[in-house]
Amino acid sequence: MDKVRKFVWFPTPYHSILLWLVWQILHDFSRGHMVLGAVFAIVIPWIVAPLSEEAAVAKKPIKALTYTFRLLIDIAVSNYDVAKRVLQSNRHLKPAFIVVPLDIKEPVPLTIFTSSVSLTPGTVSVELSEDRKWLYVHVLHLEDEQALIKLIKDRYEAPLKEIFGC
Amino acid sequence: MLSVAILIACGLMSCALALNAWRLIIGPTTPDRIIAVDTMYINSIALIILLGLHQGSAIYYESALLIALLGFVSTSAFCKYLLRGDIIE
Amino acid sequence: MTVLLEVVVSVLLVFGSMVMLIGSIGLAKLPDYFTRLHAPTKASTLGVACILVASMIFFSVQLGHVSLKEVLISMFLLITAPVAAHMLGKAGLHYKVKMTDTTQNQHLAKKAYLQQHPEDK
Repeated sequence: MDKVRKFVWFPTPYHSILLWLVWQILHDFSRGHMVLGAVFAIVIPWIVAPLSEEAAVAKKPIKALTYTFRLLIDIAVSNYDVAKRVLQSNRHLKPAFIVVPLDIKEPVPLTIFTSSVSLTPGTVSVELSEDRKWLYVHVLHLEDEQALIKLIKDRYEAPLKEIFGC
Repeated sequence: MLSVAILIACGLMSCALALNAWRLIIGPTTPDRIIAVDTMYINSIALIILLGLHQGSAIYYESALLIALLGFVSTSAFCKYLLRGDIIE
Repeated sequence: MTVLLEVVVSVLLVFGSMVMLIGSIGLAKLPDYFTRLHAPTKASTLGVACILVASMIFFSVQLGHVSLKEVLISMFLLITAPVAAHMLGKAGLHYKVKMTDTTQNQHLAKKAYLQQHPEDK
């Protein structure tokens, strides 16, 4: 049995704002579309919110912004790194699998964490263990396994734990 | 200067697409071919944006957005097919 | 369009397409499936983002108002690229693709495929 939910006017306020903003960007901020976008931003969450579980919300938005900026810088750096490795000879490559122990359990922070790992220096997250305690990662060029695991945990997992408060 | 830059960028993107097609043909496994298709659709987004810049019209934006949306869906459908042997369970 | 903006747009276009070309070169030349996964997923996000920013600047100047539409595509690609890479990695593990002999910790691939703990036998 599914439990009956009480009607809420704004079940997902952040998603409503995002929806409105995306609608405005698509229609160059014209006045009519501001009203139409507002109607959509209110009505669509009524329909969609009961379909999904309640998701974790960032408790520290400013920290989240600094995290995003650091991630963007890391993406640029990682591109330089990967480009260098690609243009060198294949013989110098030392690919490897590593396993990262996880402290985060909630789905949303976990998704952000694995995405960050995939986007940054020479690592791609490949698989998660069944109980969500280990993350299998493929590394393009591995020098020091323990140092890399520590770097990933300190640089991406610790701030995410702080942001989502879990 | 801008038109020359657009032509150079188009040339580089064409080389990239040719390399992707090379990987698509030689494989050797099915997942390799899926990566090739995945890269190809991202490259074609860039090529379409370049075409829009070349002709100076903003209408190509919509097609780029559509390719981005459908490309992701098709990549995940391919992967799902490989993982389960079935797309809708 | 001023000369400065034209130079910026040109540099972004050429840089972005260079990055994407490097990604495709990686796809063509790297030795095995999992290493090939690295080059396109990383290079293409930055490459497309550069080209989209160039297009955004060009059309903002040409149309006379700020057009942010291209940001949507780059945000979308930034969100979906790692998800696609993860699914491709899973598919590769399932397919038991060949790895190069220099790959370290090859035994982890099997455990990853079974979604086990690394210490389990």
